[in-house]
Amino acid sequence: MKILVPVKRVIDYNVKPRVKSDGSGVDLSNVKMSMNPFDEIAVEEAIRLKEAGKAEEIIAVSVGPAKAQETLRTALAMGADRAILVQTDDEVEPLAVAKILKAIVAEENPGLVILGKQAIDDDSNQTGQMLAALLGRPQGTFASKVEIDGDSVAVTREVDGGLETVKLAMPAVVTTDLRLNEPRYASLPNIMKAKKKPLDTKSPADYGVDTAPRLKTLKVNEPPVRQAGIKVPDVDTLVAKLKEMGVA
Amino acid sequence: MKTLVWVEHDNASLKDATLATVTAAARLGEVHLLVAGSGCRAVAEAAAQIAGVGKVHLADNAAYEHGLAENVAPLIVDLMGHHDAVLFPATTTGKNIAPRVAALLDVMQLSDIISVEGEKTFTRPIYAGNAIATVESSDARLVITVRGTAFEKAAATGGSAAIEDVAGAGDAGLSSFVSAEVAKSERPELTSAKIIVSGGRALKDSATFEEYIMPLADKLGAAVGASRAAVDAGYVPNDYQVGQTGKIVAPEVYIAVGISGAIQHLAGMKDSKTIIAINKDEDAPIFQVADIGLVADLFNAVPELTGKL
Repeated sequence: MKILVPVKRVIDYNVKPRVKSDGSGVDLSNVKMSMNPFDEIAVEEAIRLKEAGKAEEIIAVSVGPAKAQETLRTALAMGADRAILVQTDDEVEPLAVAKILKAIVAEENPGLVILGKQAIDDDSNQTGQMLAALLGRPQGTFASKVEIDGDSVAVTREVDGGLETVKLAMPAVVTTDLRLNEPRYASLPNIMKAKKKPLDTKSPADYGVDTAPRLKTLKVNEPPVRQAGIKVPDVDTLVAKLKEMGVA
Repeated sequence: MKTLVWVEHDNASLKDATLATVTAAARLGEVHLLVAGSGCRAVAEAAAQIAGVGKVHLADNAAYEHGLAENVAPLIVDLMGHHDAVLFPATTTGKNIAPRVAALLDVMQLSDIISVEGEKTFTRPIYAGNAIATVESSDARLVITVRGTAFEKAAATGGSAAIEDVAGAGDAGLSSFVSAEVAKSERPELTSAKIIVSGGRALKDSATFEEYIMPLADKLGAAVGASRAAVDAGYVPNDYQVGQTGKIVAPEVYIAVGISGAIQHLAGMKDSKTIIAINKDEDAPIFQVADIGLVADLFNAVPELTGKL
């Protein structure tokens, strides 16, 4: 079985994003970029399934600018076997990404597609579900445990109020939640080896997908700034404040 | 515009998240509801009482019992033949189903909206709430998830909508429900609580979390939350987690105990009306958003606070 792992190059999660003063978006020039944290978890899960003998090949794919190659090399250094970059300088919405992935699935026939549950830049949480819909296949979103059993996969999902386990017929689409695993670091020798692994470059047009956005961003603003607060010297003052607010 | 709202429920009672979604839907036009489940007529009857609702569609079928996206998405797509927009609360159920519906309709979804600016224009937070985008859809039909804390709840009574049964295709044969493990809690639900007491890594372990946070929460009638660090360290179950990857809350009062205030955590709580922080590190980022801060060792301050309330 092959596993397809889509990964996205996003602003590093430790960086506090700055909104451009003209309201056109978030300033990404000279900002540290990394692999989306949920996608690292997806790559790790694919590697663990391969190590457990459940998969033969892991294909990492990214839709984005030329620099997304770095993100794919990171996936290769972690343990993916080969990579596909669908190169475009346009921002591609989840629906269009899902259509590109659908075309790649048609070529590669993976048993599982493992994606992150959401990208930390647009916070959409859509691509995996959209891909499952376009493929007409089942989805196991927000996964905290994935167990393959023959031609089905049991996925434990993090839902409001607890956990839920569903059984999906394969091929299936799984999206990762934070507690699925702890991603490994790529070792230096593996980073060197990753440079020799195959990386194909394609374009959205190769898959016949129109990436014109359906949503037009009219403006991007800073969130309202909170008024500066006060510091109280002791618990008694805090209790008095709580009483003033009618809380206690 | 005719809108359809996905009713969040457990086959017995309607969840509060639905009410805020009804408010958002009413800003767009006529509101119809969909109650899909198994043995859930009582939920449909409760839904029919929500103020401002025009009609309730009831799809009662064993295949819809657990809200499996593979089974309910085609049902919603059918109903979209005569609705212009479908809205879901941005709960794990809504987030699971909505994009599947959107892709089947070939439209881009609007995730987690916090305001309705026009028929096709909405605002939504991006970059963990560090920016607010105003977006306009060019799609003919809209698929939307609604951030519950950003809209007032519609009144649960006062309406008298008709209930109409809908069949739907039933089981798509792709997935099945195996089991659920529900975290038990007698405290208020996190996303709808008026007061939340939240603990972080500084609580040390699950026993001290229980010993210091729970009595304070109980004294205030508050729900209990946690930072990702506290969840990852196993102090509390993961459904306590507040943040970009956990739950988004906006209570009247949010008390952060031993939480540094990482971007990821702030994304989940910075719209709270009043934020109170107790932390021994006076440079902790949480103090930049806190209305009231107390620089103190929580192991002394929290029991003292609990005792004096």
